Amino acid sequence: MARALRGKVAVVGTGTAGMGEAPGRSAIELLAEAALAALDDAGLTLAEVDGLFTATSVHAFPTLSVGEYLGIRPRFFDGTNVGGSSFEAHLLHAAIALEAGFCDVALIAYGSNQRTAGGKFVSFSEPYPWEAPYKPRVPLTAYALAASRHMHVYGTTREMLAEVAVAARAWANLNPQAFAKGPLRVEDVLASRMVSDPLTVLDCCLVTDGAAACVLTRADRAKDLRKPPIYYLGAAGAQWHRAISSMPDLTITAAAESGPRALAHAGVSISEVNLAMLYDAFTINTILFLEDLGFCPKGEGGRFVQGGAIAPGGRLAVNTNGGGLSCVHPGMYGMFLIVEAVTQLRGEAGERQIRPCDVALVHGNGGTLSSQVTAVLGSARTL
Amino acid sequence: MTTEPSPGPEAQFRAFLAEGRLMVQRSRTTGRYVFFPRIAVPGSGECDLEWVEASGLGTVYATTVTRQRPNPDGSSADYNIALIDLDEGVRMMSRVEGLPPAEVRIGMRVKARIATIDGAAQVVFDPA
Repeated sequence: MARALRGKVAVVGTGTAGMGEAPGRSAIELLAEAALAALDDAGLTLAEVDGLFTATSVHAFPTLSVGEYLGIRPRFFDGTNVGGSSFEAHLLHAAIALEAGFCDVALIAYGSNQRTAGGKFVSFSEPYPWEAPYKPRVPLTAYALAASRHMHVYGTTREMLAEVAVAARAWANLNPQAFAKGPLRVEDVLASRMVSDPLTVLDCCLVTDGAAACVLTRADRAKDLRKPPIYYLGAAGAQWHRAISSMPDLTITAAAESGPRALAHAGVSISEVNLAMLYDAFTINTILFLEDLGFCPKGEGGRFVQGGAIAPGGRLAVNTNGGGLSCVHPGMYGMFLIVEAVTQLRGEAGERQIRPCDVALVHGNGGTLSSQVTAVLGSARTL
Repeated sequence: MTTEPSPGPEAQFRAFLAEGRLMVQRSRTTGRYVFFPRIAVPGSGECDLEWVEASGLGTVYATTVTRQRPNPDGSSADYNIALIDLDEGVRMMSRVEGLPPAEVRIGMRVKARIATIDGAAQVVFDPA
């Protein structure tokens, strides 16, 4: 049945706002700007939106706040919050709702001003009683622990982690919207300030402002809109824990479950994926997801990324916008993964455009390696 | 009809700790140990959990050093955070003390000690 959604709905518009720094703007102002840009991209109007999917780090009832702000009275709404992977979950839920006729035009939107509002990672996540006494820096500590374990079990090195940051920067240097630019070498990452061993500040994502949105319709309508439709092929989520101390094995994420399930729904094999958009909150993420999604065997992720293998011109195009590490990371990054995948699948990525690009895998991560949601998008040639 | 007031597993665990005892739950029928304390075994739902005293022995599963600005006197304010696998087969977050935080190694054998952190009894570990 999940397979029946393949190609039935499409992303018809995307938009961003306030990428990097947007002083003086509130989160919801940025979100609304991105939403209107996405509708304009599609050639649709706000009045046509009847499905609303949103989550932020500052709104307890996000569909209520965003619905009120934009004046949307949705027939269907979903404020699922699984951290940064929320928007991949929304994509799945929007596909289900559209195909079942619960709505006709679905808007997924996110916005944050965390950089100019304070410069720190913003979360209203509740303190976790079994970890808080030891003063972890959430989420940094959790990813550092995972990296320590991966290095211990598989011989992954700090140099391999650094390669992920270097590749992300090389892509960012080709992206006019990216926030962090300039040359970056493995030695620079190794020499930067250690924040939680083995992760340095350059192993960690940016703290930026930014908003992103996309609009979906059923495929029949999508064909008549302004831009070529980018089709939903499949998606799946998996979650195995909330806190890092409850993660069964710190070297295996639930992407090992969500990835194969999403690919099966999409009818796509991993070797057909042209673009991998992997949620890189920290350098270890990219390595874990390359393994868990099946791009390389378990434990080989560090060696897989060596020698510029995921940088421009490498063997696999990964995070071509520059990722959370060098493009944008306003707290919950997942919506930006979708925007970049659509940009590449449309052939609108300018200097960083990859060819061919017909199948993109988008992988969202939320919490502390907790929620994993994989989606597969494709061009018309995949139908 | 109201439920008799009685402390739940979390409150019981903390009361044991305040008495200086590290207790973990174990299912009477399956023998499986559970941490953090719950009202039932996760995944299978057995409600036959009993408290048993943990050996306090464990192994470092993962470790990190939280880097901080130095203290006003110039001394290091860095501190360890580790995941410890107790010999009973359950994992907990804690910290390893008694050696510089960067010298904590995965696989290191450690022994639990009950310390006071911010006014409350908590479990920390020392090299065994």
